[in-house]
Amino acid sequence: MATTKSGLTIHTIELDQNGVRQTLAQEHSWLVRFTHWLNAISLAVMTMSGLQIYSAFPSFGVKIPQEDFLHFPEWMRLGDWLGGALQWHLTFAWMFTLTGVTYVLYLIVSGKWRIVILRPEEFRGVWPMVRHYFLFKPKPPQLEPYNPLQKLAYTATIGFGVVAVITGMLLFQPAQFAWQVKLLGGFGMIRIYHFAAMIGFLSFVPGHLLMVALHGWSNFYSMLTGWKRDPDYLTIHSSGRG
Amino acid sequence: MNMTRRELLKLTPILAVGALTLPAFREGLLKTGLNWTDRAAGAFFSPERLAQTFSKHELTPIEQFPINSYSDYNPENDLASWTLIVEGMVAKPGQYTLDQIQTLPKQTQNVKHICIEGWDVIGNFGGARLSDFLQMVGADPAARFVEVSCLDDYYSSYDIASCLHPQTLLGWEMYGQPLTAEHGAPLRLHMPVKLGYKSAKYIYSIRVSNVLGKEKGFWEDQGYSWYGGI
Repeated sequence: MATTKSGLTIHTIELDQNGVRQTLAQEHSWLVRFTHWLNAISLAVMTMSGLQIYSAFPSFGVKIPQEDFLHFPEWMRLGDWLGGALQWHLTFAWMFTLTGVTYVLYLIVSGKWRIVILRPEEFRGVWPMVRHYFLFKPKPPQLEPYNPLQKLAYTATIGFGVVAVITGMLLFQPAQFAWQVKLLGGFGMIRIYHFAAMIGFLSFVPGHLLMVALHGWSNFYSMLTGWKRDPDYLTIHSSGRG
Repeated sequence: MNMTRRELLKLTPILAVGALTLPAFREGLLKTGLNWTDRAAGAFFSPERLAQTFSKHELTPIEQFPINSYSDYNPENDLASWTLIVEGMVAKPGQYTLDQIQTLPKQTQNVKHICIEGWDVIGNFGGARLSDFLQMVGADPAARFVEVSCLDDYYSSYDIASCLHPQTLLGWEMYGQPLTAEHGAPLRLHMPVKLGYKSAKYIYSIRVSNVLGKEKGFWEDQGYSWYGGI
């Protein structure tokens, strides 16, 4: 039978061999999974093509005299040259914007933003999770699919997405959005913000992948199929159900 | 819960990435993306909206105005015999001298010059509005495109709306001085509503047309955006 908890659909089924009850929670709707993987691809493409674009003027200063800030090795770059990289970057920018807006609208309309977005009163839960992960202290009890540190990471990532899209839009149309460009400190400053948004994403990815790896395949599969078997946030409370 | 469906779902991201490695799919996708980008830039463009202008204190000194010529062409020997050839959908085709062009009202402006590479400078440009010149030569209002050819073999083409923009100049001055050899003497385009590679230097021919040829621009033919609108 199906029940709902924390905005998730939960199915309890019985295994036939030894009669052990199993809980299956539908963690991710098809829309979340679809936008997640498209965004993952878009972010990889945009980071790599972005580094190729940056290589055409690898500086945050003036053109004359040019002082290079960073050079990225060829294997990190996509698109072969500036023109090719821009084609990749803009093609996937539209896709990223579309999937990003779709995802955020879905969070708002479905009410699932409560699972993902860290609310101000949940901030105090972040530090105990940091202690757990980095200082190997005991794990605070978890009653929701995502812990506060996780929510902070997801919330920040959505924020990086918003910054990346807005600054990207301004870099694409600086003459049409002249006063917005001026407000943010000019074309050169906006390149810095755009670059910073990429660093934000890049700082999220290793932690995200490490956590997925540490928590096993069930997490990974749930982003593919939508379902997770016996999620730990339900095991305490699901007895007596079904 | 259908297991085969689940197994299939697990493969979808790999399939999506795999599809990008197929040249036909990838090239089709990127071409669509480029067209979409150009159309979006066209939608953001407004014939009335002006690019930001600056005070003379904000100008980048001319020594720091980058020179991104794609060849080492020097126009000095061609200046004496230079004329601008005008052809296509115009009432008065022919060759126009610099003196004739300079009879048009002169406009000077301090505007940004933004390069596709990612740098921007503020430059001072002086010349006639391209729209005034098109009127002078009697360009057909139904024309859709303007194609230019340059003495250094550079070439580009433009949508007519951007050519009629009040800040699009047929320029013969930078920083109050006649164009130098490096900056495109004797005549260049300057379009603050487009990326720098659209501001062609050393132009000697303008063709007003309704259809674009196969060759749309030196960089555009290699993969830069044709529209180039900012």
